[in-house]
Amino acid sequence: MSARPPVNDWSTDFDHLDPRWIENPYPIWDELRDKCPIAHTERFRGVYFPSRYEDVRAVAYDTENFSSRRIIVRETPPPRIPAPPITSDPPEHRPAKNLLLPAFTPDAIKRHEAGMREICGKLIARFADKGGCDAAVDYAQEIPVRVIAVMLGLPEEEGGRFRKWIHEILEAGITRPDILMKAIGETEEYFRNEVAKRRAAPTDDLISQLAAAKIDGEPISEPHLLGAIRLILIAGIDTTWSAIGSCFWHLAQHPQDRKRLVNEPELIPTAVEEFLRAYAPVTMAREVIKDTTINGCPMKSGEMVLLSFPAANRDPKMFPDAERVVIDRKENRHAAFGLGIHRCIGSNLARLEITVALQEWLKRIPEFRLDPSAKVTWSEGTVRGPRKLPMLFG
Amino acid sequence: MGLKVKVDREKCQGHARCAALAPELFALDELGNAQEIGDGSVPDALVDKAYLAKANCPEMAIDVEETK
Repeated sequence: MSARPPVNDWSTDFDHLDPRWIENPYPIWDELRDKCPIAHTERFRGVYFPSRYEDVRAVAYDTENFSSRRIIVRETPPPRIPAPPITSDPPEHRPAKNLLLPAFTPDAIKRHEAGMREICGKLIARFADKGGCDAAVDYAQEIPVRVIAVMLGLPEEEGGRFRKWIHEILEAGITRPDILMKAIGETEEYFRNEVAKRRAAPTDDLISQLAAAKIDGEPISEPHLLGAIRLILIAGIDTTWSAIGSCFWHLAQHPQDRKRLVNEPELIPTAVEEFLRAYAPVTMAREVIKDTTINGCPMKSGEMVLLSFPAANRDPKMFPDAERVVIDRKENRHAAFGLGIHRCIGSNLARLEITVALQEWLKRIPEFRLDPSAKVTWSEGTVRGPRKLPMLFG
Repeated sequence: MGLKVKVDREKCQGHARCAALAPELFALDELGNAQEIGDGSVPDALVDKAYLAKANCPEMAIDVEETK
């Protein structure tokens, strides 16, 4: 990452690509939530940062003043790259979302559970008797890409190419529009080809379903179709692997929690909700499209809002002991999957993947810790998770 | 007198926490959005689950009402 002018005042000049934010953003958010609940920066062409749950919710619920036509904070003039429904505002949003929802209900994704367990078992078998592994590279990162590939009917071997596109679109592309647009072009060519194959010979995968889908009796346009497929690919991979990785990062450092989940595996789903709260991977964004105010703070049209569900999840006004990870927390209306109409379509899939990933690992490798001789590194940009998580077993 | 759960279908965004925590009381439709099962009556044994579901709905779409 290139050197960036250092931040002296997070309230007026925050930078979510600053190494300190990337390494450990939580204390920065705690201080801002207390001292400057809606921070601002001139970087990235002007961005606001609300950190209180109530303000994040207010922005998420206000689709009149805060548009989803731009959802990633970038340094460069924004191309509008539609990926319905994530980039849609009402009234286009609801029909575009309803197109995808049936494939992602808990019942629908349950069909993939056996496949997920098989993937996890095979991955673990590769390193279980090696005394250690990189839990991000060898495990967490391998799971969602395979699951999404199966759903879309794409070869699992293409996983490397998908991860490359994700990195280019969500990380490198923040500061390099040339990299961003090249990646977008590659995804369009790839998916155009996949759609054409299925129009010639329909299959039962999600790409076939979308290629045949209609809104109000009309087939969806090609930009909509390609955007929706790209959305599922990107949204389904980086996010979930980040969440899985964070769970293992936590458990590697908290033997009490680890032992409890090994002895009480029925607690795993509750623990997953708490890990989602405390280590929520996804920060979204909105474009301010009308001058407005949130909780007395004026916001200017044309600027962006970094919509930090992870920061909202750490608000002590909403969650007692917000800074503590309490794996049997009973009341947990966290916002890891968003709030309001843009609730993550993949939430049920993500929950199942994370749960299965934990169950299958803990059954086979109950004892593990961070490798003290190696370093954990974190992703930067809009999705937070460990990119390298070196571990030792036992 | 008893308790009834009710899902506000306008507020529900399909997080499905209620169906996960209290499958006896909440069902999901083909889009994954929730509704109360039957008339939402809560048997005594499920009262805790009803309140747990309400407390875990991120959209605060669940009401637990006392009925006569």
